[in-house]
Amino acid sequence: MPEQPQPDTVAAAKAAPETPQPYAELGVADDEYARIRTILDRRPTAAELAIYSVMWSEHCSYKSSKVHLRQFGEKAPAGDALLVGMGENAGVVDVGDGNAVTFKIESHNHPSYVEPHQGAATGVGGIVRDILTMGARPVAVMDALRFGPLDAPDTRRVLPGVVSGISFYGNCLGLPNIGGELGFGAGYAGNPLVNALCVGVMRHEDIKLAQAPGPGNKVVLFGATTGPDGIGGASVLASATFDDESHAKRPSVQVGDPFLEKLLIECSLELFRDGLVVGIQDLGAAGVSCATTELAAGGTGGMRIELDRVPLRDSTLTPEEILMSESQERMMAVVEPASLDAFMDTCRKWDIQASVIGEVTDVTPEEAERGGRLVMTWNGETVVDMPPRTASDEGPVYERPYARPAEQDALQADIPESLERPGDDDELREQVLTVLSAPGVCDPSWVTEQYDSYVRGDTVLSAPHDAGMIRVGDDGTRGIALATDGNGRYTRLDPYAGTQAAFAEAYRNVAASGARPLAVTNCLNFGSPEDPGVMWQFAESTRGLADACLRMGTPVTGGNVSFYNQTGEAAINPTPVIGVLGVIDDVHTRLNTALPRHGSGARILLLGTTAEEVGGSVWAEAVHGHLGGLPPRVDLDAEEALARLLAEAADEQLLAAAHDLSDGGLAVALAESALRGGIGCSVHVDDAFTALFSESGARAVVVADPEDEEAFTRMCRKHGVPAAEIGTVGGASLTFTYPDGGFSIDMETLRQTHRAPLPQALGDD
Amino acid sequence: MAARVGVVTFPGSLDDRDAARAVRLAGAEPVSLWHDNSDLRGVDAVVLPGGFSYGDYLRCGAIARFAPVMTELVPAAREGSLPVLGICNGFQILCESHLLPGALTRNRSLRFINRDQRVRIESAATAWTNRYTEGEEVCIVLKSGEGSFVADEATLDELERSGRVVARYVGEAPNGARRGIAGISNEHGNVVGLMPHPEHAVEELTGASTDGLGFFTSLLAHLAETGPAAAAATG
Repeated sequence: MPEQPQPDTVAAAKAAPETPQPYAELGVADDEYARIRTILDRRPTAAELAIYSVMWSEHCSYKSSKVHLRQFGEKAPAGDALLVGMGENAGVVDVGDGNAVTFKIESHNHPSYVEPHQGAATGVGGIVRDILTMGARPVAVMDALRFGPLDAPDTRRVLPGVVSGISFYGNCLGLPNIGGELGFGAGYAGNPLVNALCVGVMRHEDIKLAQAPGPGNKVVLFGATTGPDGIGGASVLASATFDDESHAKRPSVQVGDPFLEKLLIECSLELFRDGLVVGIQDLGAAGVSCATTELAAGGTGGMRIELDRVPLRDSTLTPEEILMSESQERMMAVVEPASLDAFMDTCRKWDIQASVIGEVTDVTPEEAERGGRLVMTWNGETVVDMPPRTASDEGPVYERPYARPAEQDALQADIPESLERPGDDDELREQVLTVLSAPGVCDPSWVTEQYDSYVRGDTVLSAPHDAGMIRVGDDGTRGIALATDGNGRYTRLDPYAGTQAAFAEAYRNVAASGARPLAVTNCLNFGSPEDPGVMWQFAESTRGLADACLRMGTPVTGGNVSFYNQTGEAAINPTPVIGVLGVIDDVHTRLNTALPRHGSGARILLLGTTAEEVGGSVWAEAVHGHLGGLPPRVDLDAEEALARLLAEAADEQLLAAAHDLSDGGLAVALAESALRGGIGCSVHVDDAFTALFSESGARAVVVADPEDEEAFTRMCRKHGVPAAEIGTVGGASLTFTYPDGGFSIDMETLRQTHRAPLPQALGDD
Repeated sequence: MAARVGVVTFPGSLDDRDAARAVRLAGAEPVSLWHDNSDLRGVDAVVLPGGFSYGDYLRCGAIARFAPVMTELVPAAREGSLPVLGICNGFQILCESHLLPGALTRNRSLRFINRDQRVRIESAATAWTNRYTEGEEVCIVLKSGEGSFVADEATLDELERSGRVVARYVGEAPNGARRGIAGISNEHGNVVGLMPHPEHAVEELTGASTDGLGFFTSLLAHLAETGPAAAAATG
C-alpha cells in the first residue's frame, strides 16, 4: 500500500504561512485567495482551499449571476402559493388540498459532452436528490435537450449517449418521463445542453430544509461510498471553457448507480415519514464540502466532522479529495441521538450504508459573528477550522461588465422580409414538409420511446403533448401540469423578448392542457460570463423573465445557471429554458393535442392574432438558413387571456382538443394534431404564407364539436380572445385552401416526413 | 371476501404500486409482500411486478430468484396451486426460477422501448387470460430494455404445440422476440409471464386502453371456480 501523505493541518498552515498553494489550478482567483487568507487570518490548509475552491466556483456560488438573479425575488409577484422560495434545494408550491409540489430544472451540460451517457444519467440523479431533499417523493422527470446539427458526426455520439443515460437512470428509478424538448443548432455541437427537471409531491407538513439545529445531534452520511469520481467536477468542469483537452478530463465525470438511488429514495422517504431526521442535504456538486458547510450555516453554525470516518471505495483518498469528490447517491442527515438506532435500522432494511461522521456543535457569539465554526479532523489532527457561512453563503459576488454586442444591430437589421416567399401551391406544400421535417420539429419518438412514461400509473399526459400531466395524491382528481420551453434563436435576436417568449410558450403549453399556470423554474444556459456580450444577453434575459413573472403572477421558485457553454470564442445561442408548473382541479377535464379520431365534422378554430412574424422562425431557418430580424412580439395580456379561456373551456368540457402554436406555426400544429389523432382535416386561410408559417405568440388551435361551438365562441368574446373558425376535422389528408389555390398532403406522406429524420440520422432497429 | 393477491416488492421493483392498483380496480385486495420475508401471508395469487430487481445486476431476475420470498412461491407455483403473473421483470424472474422456459434478452435495437403495443391473446386457457377470447387483439404498453423472448427451436415448438403461447405481438415483434412471443404460461396455466404491462392499461385516464384489466378479472374468475376464495364464499 502506498504511504499516506501527511495531511496539511491547521497547525502546519500556521507554522508555514507562506507555503505556495495551487489555488489558480483549482480555479481560485488571486483576489479570492487573498480573501480566504483574510477570513482565516492565515493561509488555508489544503482541505480548506478545496472547500473554498468548489463552494466559490461559478457552478456553486452563482458569483457572476447573483446580482441579476436577485430580481426574481425583488420582482416576485404577491401571492401565497409559494411555500418555500429560492435559495433552498428547490422551491415549494401549494397546489391545494394540503398538497405541495416542488420542482426544479438543472443543467448537466459539460459532463454530458465529455461522457454523454454518465453525464446525462447523473444529471437526472442529481436533480432527483434535490427534490427528495425537500421531503418530497419524486414523481416525474422531464428533460430539455440541445445538440449540434443532426447530421454532424459528433451528434451521433452525443445524442444517443445522452438519451440512453437519461433512459437508463430515469427508468431504473421508476420515474415517468413526461416530456421536454429536443432542439438542434450549430452552436450546440461542442456544447450540448442537458437540462433535467424533476417534480416531487408532499404534504405541507412534510417540507424539509437544509439545516442542522441542535448541538449534540449526529451528522450521518448515508448512501454510496466516496470515491475518486467527479473530483473537481464543480470547479474544473462546470466553470471553465472547454478547450481541446476536454477528453483528458474524463475522470472528472461522475458515474451513477440508479439502483442505489432508488433504494436511497425509498429509505429517505421512510426516514422522513418516521420523523427520524431534523435536517437533510443531498451531496451533489461539491459533495461533502457543500453538505457540511450548508447544513452548518443553516443551523447553529457549528459542526465537527471526522473526515476519516467517511466510508471510502478508494482507501488512498486524501482529505481534500474526499471533500471535493462528487460520488453520486449520497445524502447527509442530521439526527437526534435518541433517533439514531431507528435511523440505522431503516438504513439496514434498505441495504443502505450509513455512518456517523460528526456532530452539531455550539458556537460562541463571536464565532457566530464570523460565520460559525466548522472543524474537521483527519486521524485526530485538525485539517479544517473555518466559518462555514463564508463558504456557503458569503462567496464572491461579481458585477461583471456587460455591453450590447456591436453585431446585435446588424443581426436585427437583417430582417426576414427580404427572404424569398413560396411562389406557388407546390412550393408552399414543399415548404410545409421541409418545416415539418426540420430536426427541432420532427417526430421525437426515437428519443421519447426510450423513456418509461407510464410507471407509477399517474401519467395523464406525456410527450408529445404540449405539457406533461401527473395525477396527484392516491387516485385523486387533482393534477399538475408541466412544460419546458426555450428558443435560442429568438433569444439570440432579442434576449429580453426571447426569454419572455420562452416563458410564454411554456405558460401557453400548460394552459393548452387545461391547467392554470402557477409557478416557474429556469435553467439559464449561456456562454462565458467573462464576455461582456454574453453578460448583456444574461442581464437582458433575466430582466425579461423577472418582468414577465411579475406581470403574470407566477413566481420563480428556483433554478440553475450554466455559464461557459462555448467553444473558444464561439458561445451558444443564449438558451434560457423556462419550466412552468400548473395545477388542474380535475385531471379528467385535461385537453390533449390529438384531433379526435372519431370527431369527423368537428370545428377547428384558431385563437389569437396572427401577424407576419417569421424572424427566428423555423421557416426562416429550415427553408433559408436565415437568422435575423426580431422574434415575434410578446403580448403577455393576450397570453393571460388565452390561458384563462382554455382553463375555463377545459373545465366546462367544451373542447375536444387544443394545441398551442409555436415552432413552425399553424402548419406544424395542425400536422401534429392530425398525426396524433390519426385523422385529417381541411382548413381555409386568407394569406397562406403568413397563416402557415408565422410564429406569432398567444395563439392556439382548438377543436369543438358543432353543438359546443356557440358556447365556446361566446366564452372567447368574454375573455377578449379573437377566435376564427378555419376548418373541420375529417378525411385522410391535411388540406389547406386559400383564395387563390390550395394543396393537400396525405396522412402517410405526412407521417413519413415527420417521422423519418431522427431514425435516418441515428439508425433504426 | 375479496380474493387476496400478493404483490412482491424486491429492492428495485418499480411497478409494484401499479400492480396493486390494478388488483384493486379488478375487485381484489392487494397484499404487499416483501422480498426478504418468505411468508406469503396466505395470499390466493401473486404478481411479480416490473422494475429492476436488485438493480438487474448480473442478469435480469437472476438475483431475485434467490430471494426468501421465492422459497414458498416456487414450489406452490410449480405444482399448479398458486397462480403467479410475472410482468416484465417478473417474467424474467419466472424464467430465471425455471418456472417458465426460455429467457429474455436485449431488444434487437439495443434501446429501451416504451410503446403502446398491439398484442394478440393466443390462449384463454390460463388463470390470467380466461376472460379474453383467443385471437382477441388488445393494446397494452410495452416498456422494457430486455424484452426479446428467446428459446431453442424445440422449446418454441413445444410451447406452440401445447398452447402455452399466451400472447403475441401483432405485426413484427418490436424487440425481436422469437415467433413474436409476448407471453407464455407453464403447463398448468397458473403461471404466466408477460412482457407488456397490463397493469398500465386499467384506466382510461392513464392508459392507452383498459384492455389490461382482463388479466386481473380473469384471475378472479379462476379463483371463484377453483381457489380458496371460492371455498370461503361457499363454505
